[in-house]
Amino acid sequence: MEKFQTLTSKVMPLDRVNVDTDQIIPKQFLKRIERTGYEDFLFFDWRKDPGFELNNARYKGAQILVAARNFGCGSSREHAAWALSDYGFRCVIAPTFADIFHSNAGKNGILLVTLPEEQVQTLLDRASHRDGYTLTVSLKESTIRDEQGFATTFAIDPFRRDCLLEGLDDIGLTLRHAAELDQFEKQHDAAFWVKPRAGEGAQA
Amino acid sequence: MAGNPKTLFEKVWESHIVAEPENEPVLLYIDLHLIHEVTSPQAFEGLRLAGRKVRRPDRSIATVDHNVPTTPNRLVIEDPIAAKQIETLRKNCADFGVTLYDVESPRQGIVHVIGPELGLTKPGMTIVCGDSHTSTHGALGSLAFGIGTSEVEHVLATQCLPQGKPKTFRISIEGELPEGVGAKDIVLGIIGRIGTDGATGHVIEYAGSAIRSLSMEGRMTICNMSIEAGARAGMIAPDETTFAWLKGRPFAPQGAAWDEAVAEWRKLATDPGAQFDRELTIPAVEIEPYVTWGTNPGMVVSVTATVPDPAAEQSDANRRAFTRALEYMALKPGTPMEEIAIDRVFIGSCTNSRIEDLRAAAKVVAGHHVHANVRAMVVPGSQLVKAQAEREGLDAIFREAGFEWREPGCSMCLGMNPDILQPGERCASTSNRNFEGRQGQGGRTHLVSPMMAAAAAVTGHFTDVRTWEFRKAEVLA
Repeated sequence: MEKFQTLTSKVMPLDRVNVDTDQIIPKQFLKRIERTGYEDFLFFDWRKDPGFELNNARYKGAQILVAARNFGCGSSREHAAWALSDYGFRCVIAPTFADIFHSNAGKNGILLVTLPEEQVQTLLDRASHRDGYTLTVSLKESTIRDEQGFATTFAIDPFRRDCLLEGLDDIGLTLRHAAELDQFEKQHDAAFWVKPRAGEGAQA
Repeated sequence: MAGNPKTLFEKVWESHIVAEPENEPVLLYIDLHLIHEVTSPQAFEGLRLAGRKVRRPDRSIATVDHNVPTTPNRLVIEDPIAAKQIETLRKNCADFGVTLYDVESPRQGIVHVIGPELGLTKPGMTIVCGDSHTSTHGALGSLAFGIGTSEVEHVLATQCLPQGKPKTFRISIEGELPEGVGAKDIVLGIIGRIGTDGATGHVIEYAGSAIRSLSMEGRMTICNMSIEAGARAGMIAPDETTFAWLKGRPFAPQGAAWDEAVAEWRKLATDPGAQFDRELTIPAVEIEPYVTWGTNPGMVVSVTATVPDPAAEQSDANRRAFTRALEYMALKPGTPMEEIAIDRVFIGSCTNSRIEDLRAAAKVVAGHHVHANVRAMVVPGSQLVKAQAEREGLDAIFREAGFEWREPGCSMCLGMNPDILQPGERCASTSNRNFEGRQGQGGRTHLVSPMMAAAAAVTGHFTDVRTWEFRKAEVLA
């Protein structure tokens, strides 16, 4: 996973609440078996509107997306994180995120920053009205600042932050506990009442 | 009950903790991993690239549901990309030793329908699947939640997941449900009240006398849509209804083991006095037959209400969201919901495609015919549901009424297979999401219960099933 440390980038505002993962990437693109190459499918239907932010030259090259509350709700499709990442977004700022999207983003090196609604509104307004509006996000310091005096800190789970900073492989982290896992599993397997195939009819 | 009183969620959570590293999420053991064609190919590929194997093939089960056509002759899939994805699942399951209920298997079906009906899903388990509607399985008292593809790979490789502990939220529905009102209306009513992010970060436990009185199918409908309120999972304590439903299913314990299992499962219910982070009680009498009017499941009103006016919304963000939704849905504020005419009806999906859903819909349509302007289809959730419905003669009722009777799959819930809405078509759907383009680009989805969908199919517009005069004798019996 790509490390996330500090990012200075243009900002694309998306002032909509409840942006669901069906909008981030519609279902017809989930049939692919590849993990990359989703950039052209990001916001596929909304992009057909010439006025949509992704089509606005002002935001070209933006790696930071600012959105309204409950971003990433709905389907668990990790393709939503892949599409954002493939398009070039490395950071999304919003008042709240849906849980599964939150997890998927982290696994793809995308930093999600939760800020209070008023601060997000400030960023949305500035990004919408100022050409070349730029933010600097430092994960190590947990700070966000612009060049017009906006500066704030954000809270982030320390484990999530370390994984992003170091680009850590989750499976590798879990396997540090291989001995505990072996031991747990041996005992747990005796609990047949929570085994999928507890019945005698356990043939396919 | 010694020591601190605990919630159902806490009991399941605590009995699955493999490790609690300091300043890190706990490592949670996963009892059952359900796999389908759409969210797994990249995960298996990741295993191959890292030289890893599936740790517990015996705790993994796969089926094909999202992409499969629902037409009778479906072994040949015309869409080459979908065909390749299904072929990839076959190869992955063969290579890694995972049981696959393929398209011709009598056990094939929507992953959230077959897990419980085969008895794979049991009380007290932890269950994951690369699908947000995994919350369905919580109806049996398991902790079940949707995950992304990286997590699918993680579970395949380790049978665990690092998980932050969610908060708890008890929603109690107390009293007797009014006639003509069902499980789908309960969950739409909840989402309408708390919003699509009302339970983010929480596991909901559904409780109260109205929940207790529901069948397992009804409970699954409610837990299924927990994710539409943003919840991590939804759970219902196992009780006599659960045990009676589960007994004798192919993968349920048998004989003395059954009794022992039930004794374990009885311990799971939330202890008196256990604390929840949040609580909400809704009197059952307040639940009505609902219809969504907008582009998320929280945009919902009673069938007797009118399309809301964005101007009445307090916040600017909501006013804009409402306006945009009405524009997409081509609806005007103040229009009575019952005057909205529909083009299509879809009865199916992991929310409402089980035998009881089909029985409820069949009772409404029996002896009637689908409206001339409407195309209606029923897609059973699994081969077993389909076979059961055919034994009961439900297929004949639907066919005679002018419905299409299809093969099992996710179908028009998300339109990954050929079952889609055309741009501008309006659908009464028993599925779970009315997002823009969900059932087909430009399609307009209204979420309803199976009875409401059936009634709309007959009349051609939304119709209050409580006043459905020609159904009273059968449906209210």
